[in-house]
Amino acid sequence: MNAELASLATGQPSNVDAALSAKIDIRNLNFFYDKFHALKDINLKLQTGKVTAFIGPSGCGKSTLLRVLNRIYDLYPKLRAEGEVLFDGENILAPGQDLNLLRARIGMVFQKPTPFPMSIYDNVAFGIRLYEKLSKLELDGRIEAALRRAALWDEVKDKLHQSGLGLSGGQQQRLCIARSVAVKPEVILLDEPCSALDPISTAKIEELIDELKQDYTIAIVTHNMQQAARTSDYTAFMYLGQLIEFSPTQQVFTNPREKRTQDYITGRFG
Amino acid sequence: MVNQAADPSGAKHIVQSFDDDMNGLTSKIIQMGGFAERQVADAVEALVNRDIVSASRVIERDKEVDHFEEEIDQDVIRILAMRQPMAVDLRIITMALKISNDLERTSDYAVSIAKRAQRLADHPEFAAMNQVRRISEQAIGMVKDVLDAFVDRDVEKATDVWNRDQELDRNYTSLFRELITYMLEDPRRISQCIDLLFIAKNLERIGDHATNIAEKINYMMLGSSINQPRRD
Repeated sequence: MNAELASLATGQPSNVDAALSAKIDIRNLNFFYDKFHALKDINLKLQTGKVTAFIGPSGCGKSTLLRVLNRIYDLYPKLRAEGEVLFDGENILAPGQDLNLLRARIGMVFQKPTPFPMSIYDNVAFGIRLYEKLSKLELDGRIEAALRRAALWDEVKDKLHQSGLGLSGGQQQRLCIARSVAVKPEVILLDEPCSALDPISTAKIEELIDELKQDYTIAIVTHNMQQAARTSDYTAFMYLGQLIEFSPTQQVFTNPREKRTQDYITGRFG
Repeated sequence: MVNQAADPSGAKHIVQSFDDDMNGLTSKIIQMGGFAERQVADAVEALVNRDIVSASRVIERDKEVDHFEEEIDQDVIRILAMRQPMAVDLRIITMALKISNDLERTSDYAVSIAKRAQRLADHPEFAAMNQVRRISEQAIGMVKDVLDAFVDRDVEKATDVWNRDQELDRNYTSLFRELITYMLEDPRRISQCIDLLFIAKNLERIGDHATNIAEKINYMMLGSSINQPRRD
């Protein structure tokens, strides 16, 4: 078996140090929107403390895959997943999972900023209050830490009790990141977090991703190839519901193994 | 205009002007390569025919090679900034930059040969010249074939050029010994022999640059370095 097939079979990116540990281990995952087979036999490992980027044309299943990882799909009828997603060894697709707890451990940030219609402070406090009973002092500390983590503190520290909706798009997105890190997740899923942002805000988010990966395992879906190249350690290329290539980012963008990957990232007709 | 922007399978970019950029860059490399190859051939011919006039023409024309190199530098910078190329495109564009540098050096060596040809035109011919001619044929053949390999995106042909460098090196070493012997036999010929020695060295260096280009073609197409022992 060649290295690439081997890597796809094990879900391990090719050319990767085997000593790395997998935070999330996706095994033979299939996903259906009613009758539409959206993900086909996906095998993939998200390495602990690394950023994994998902690229591919619209409709290739990359956002679907991200949504499986914290079972957001459970909110809709007729959707079903088969296979296993092992999160620290435990299958999160199995029945009986506490989904609220799961979603606290695996946070998600969406394409469009989604601040709640409440103050900046309450936005960040929202998740914490669901899971923990903290004193005012402790809560203040957690909120400051989360906002600092999201590189937003200096911009909002004097207006914590103003509405989160009054912030700029880039600030709102960082507020959403602050909200998701406030509950101390282990994994952060970013679904095109910069697609609605200007280049400066985008750069701030990318800088933030670099910071966050020291403490979290991150998966990012992006249509911006340069962004995938800049921010990630590993890149997965998906096409028509299949995982085509999964390699270290440097390899994918300088010398991809698969012709379909090359055609996509160089902007060629397939 | 050549159409080499497409990858080996022939797929074109969705944005056609990107293909145009890539084709333009490849065309310039080919023109520059053809020019550098002619510079070397003309310099050697001027040497063999004791033609001071054509030697000075070679020296004069070096400006044009420098001009090609500047243009290619600018094109590469522009394409990198505007297209943000990836994968095979990125490799082709960055290697174009390095190949143009090899070609510029090749032309510099042609100039150096032409200058010595002017000096040697006053001296009577002697036997070592045949060996110089043989080395020059080898070196020019390597430049020509490596440019063909570039045009055809032909990794095998490039590897063949790469393998031929050893033979050129061997012939250079044997000519070196031959010239030393001449100098020992007849000290009056020392200055003439030293000129020939430098010419031979220049030709050997031209072969090295053809070899460099072969390595770059390999990297450009496969993303890896030439990975095989040299044939003997």
